[in-house]
Amino acid sequence: MVANIGFGSLFITFIVSMYGMGAVLYGRGTRNVAWVESARYAMSLTFPLLTVSVVSLVYLLVTNHYEVAFVSQVTSRSMPFYLKVTALWGGQSGSLLFWSWSLAAFATAVTIRKWDRDRAFLPWVILVVLITLAFFLFLSVFFENPFTRYWQTPVGIVRSFARPDGAVPFVPRDGRGLNPLLRHPGMIIHPPMLYLGFVSFVIPYAFAVAALVSGRTDDRWIRLTRRWTLWAWLFLSLGLILGAWWAYDVLGWGGYWGWDPVEIAALMPWLTGTAFLHSVITQEKKGMFKQWNMVLIILTFDLVIFGTFLTRSGVLSSVHAFAQSPIGPLFFVFIATTFSASLGLLLYRWDDLRSENELHSFFSREALFLLNNLLFIGVFITSFWGVLFPLVSEIVTGQKVTVGPPFYERATAPLFAGLLLLMGIAPLSAWTYSSLKKWGRMIWKPFLASSLTIPAVLYLGIRRWEAILGFWLVGFVLAITLYEFWKGVKARRKRHQESGLAALWNLAKANQRRYGGYIVHIGVVLMALGIIGIEMFQVETQGTIPEGGSLSLAGYTLTYEDLATFDTNDGRNVARAVVRVSKNGVNVTDLYPRRDFFYDANQQMTIPGVRSTLAGDLYVILVDWREISASGATFKVYYNPLVKWLWLGSLVFVCGVVVAAWPQKEPEHLRRYAPKPTKV
Amino acid sequence: MDEEAVIRHTGSGGKLKFILGGLLIVSAVIYLIVSSAQAHTQYYLTVEETLSKYERGELDGRHLRISGAVIGESIAYDIDTLELSFTIAHVPGDMKTVDAQGGIAAALHQAVTDPECERLDVVFEGPKPDLLQDESQAIITGKMGPDGVFYADEILLKCPTKYEETLPEQSG
Repeated sequence: MVANIGFGSLFITFIVSMYGMGAVLYGRGTRNVAWVESARYAMSLTFPLLTVSVVSLVYLLVTNHYEVAFVSQVTSRSMPFYLKVTALWGGQSGSLLFWSWSLAAFATAVTIRKWDRDRAFLPWVILVVLITLAFFLFLSVFFENPFTRYWQTPVGIVRSFARPDGAVPFVPRDGRGLNPLLRHPGMIIHPPMLYLGFVSFVIPYAFAVAALVSGRTDDRWIRLTRRWTLWAWLFLSLGLILGAWWAYDVLGWGGYWGWDPVEIAALMPWLTGTAFLHSVITQEKKGMFKQWNMVLIILTFDLVIFGTFLTRSGVLSSVHAFAQSPIGPLFFVFIATTFSASLGLLLYRWDDLRSENELHSFFSREALFLLNNLLFIGVFITSFWGVLFPLVSEIVTGQKVTVGPPFYERATAPLFAGLLLLMGIAPLSAWTYSSLKKWGRMIWKPFLASSLTIPAVLYLGIRRWEAILGFWLVGFVLAITLYEFWKGVKARRKRHQESGLAALWNLAKANQRRYGGYIVHIGVVLMALGIIGIEMFQVETQGTIPEGGSLSLAGYTLTYEDLATFDTNDGRNVARAVVRVSKNGVNVTDLYPRRDFFYDANQQMTIPGVRSTLAGDLYVILVDWREISASGATFKVYYNPLVKWLWLGSLVFVCGVVVAAWPQKEPEHLRRYAPKPTKV
Repeated sequence: MDEEAVIRHTGSGGKLKFILGGLLIVSAVIYLIVSSAQAHTQYYLTVEETLSKYERGELDGRHLRISGAVIGESIAYDIDTLELSFTIAHVPGDMKTVDAQGGIAAALHQAVTDPECERLDVVFEGPKPDLLQDESQAIITGKMGPDGVFYADEILLKCPTKYEETLPEQSG
């Protein structure tokens, strides 16, 4: 019953979005505004309709309706209520529904805004959003229906939405349950964040296409969507960060990022999106890079679609598994079609998007923004090549090959270092014309301050040049960014007689994007500090020790005190060790590395015991133990220097984006908009 | 000289230097990609391919990545040395053959139960992965040793039977 309501509503949404597409095309073609308005209502109807579907599915999930295949695949009786709700995105068909639902929500938010001055965009924004939505609904309705049920037929159990002839409903007694590895707060909010990030990039893309079709090729579309883009970027960044946190916290290998194709698929739109965020500033200020910005947003959109597909196809290590899913070819058709159609439009408008200015100086802000874009695209192409290379090689030489993390690390590290350097010098450069001399005058103070990091690092006994360079870059960017804040605050205090804090607050408020951006930069360098620490200075040891025995690592002594195994009432068997940590003979803390065995999923999960300080994390894994006597247990221990800064930096990063994206009442000045003769 | 003149003055000769600068960066990126790819490319082989290449002496210390089905009863773990050893059975490398066998879960099952299927012994030092169990798909990175045993430095595991869309047991 509820499954019928859910599917019915899903199907109606599909029809409604198809209708909307037809109505907007007809209305635009016949210049009949009523049809366009009708399409607009159709678009705002998709959200309530899909909400009915989502609520139905969540109801089925929390009430153990295991006759529904999706429910029995992602939940089980022993799972707590909140995990049953979040199981909505625990499998492919549910997460596709969630994707469509979020897009419908954003679409509704877009339709209810005031369109007075931007009528020309409206039909095309509606069309692009509805085409995207209809594509995902099509997948849900015909291929990945989350409401498919099990039926008992004379020939066995079949899966189908409708009842086959002579079949009776089949209800498994219990579900398979959510993969225990995914039962972690980071993993519970990681997929929806990533998806929200993916989905919200559809909106700036829709406006970009609308600008191309309507011929309104000034920077209006960028001004309209810049806050959208920032929020999209925030969600996407949060999705990536939470995924890294989950990997560090749960997967028990002492790492946070493994360069596997799924991770790369989520990173690629972030890279192009980040390039876009920077590059649009140049278009707003100088009227440059207009064609390039179009390329970036088109690329970001199609990478988002590609990422949605790849993150949900269950591919872990092999790109060959594309063929496993029936929806794979459809995704490729959709990506190829939208990409070539968008590029076609862009070429059609190419001349309207000519730059209004030229580059003059290597040290001008716009040249540095261009360099920033080249580096981001460099990282993107490296990642893309890493995913693509195996396919190309197989086609060309017939030999299957892969590239692993060392490839990505070696190829991207210099590019990331370049980006850090730019983060330091770019904010000091002036638009249009900037000379080395002028620029040197501004930079020497923070430069001197940051060079103090070098003797400090040498004093600590660090001799690797990559590390010294890395620490210096972190110090350099920090010094410059803080110097910028200080200069701004000082000027304000002088001019407005404000107290320090009030001046800081008003400074950020007066130019949210700039100072929000600086806070993001501080976040990034703090994250870089953590990454340098764990990547270059991680140490590890392992050993089997009897009770009372100990291991030492990085100045810590770990003593194995005790181990207990017990059953919990949520269906786990837990083996939990007590490890006493001491430093220089003084007890510091107790850690409890454990291994949970999930009866329902017949799977174990290793949960590390972690002592986290600003200097570094002591990360202890219980590898194995002797069942009968308490004679010994095996531990693997990592010391990950500075890794906490990765997470602290992430927090700063997020705060910075929120500052930059926070809604403000600003007088919308139409500085650049003068309707140009267009080709239509 | 007003600002406009300054701009024009530097602008005319400037175009070339930006093109050169751009080319420099593009070639640096290409160099990074190509050199890193050369240094870190691994063959991706099936068990059969590995064994035949090994017998013909074509591997000579190369870094490989091998995919195969884990045979549950072969898993042995020495917790004193953290030495993990197990055997993997050949699973076809192309999706068409796998699909013809009824999907990856069926192909893994067939590989493990068929005694004729080619097998490869694997040794790994470190914690035992949580997903290492009978009929899981292992993707192993490492090198062939002179003794015909594969020395792994990384193991990735997938259990297609567990979380993908298979029908539930009759017993429910």
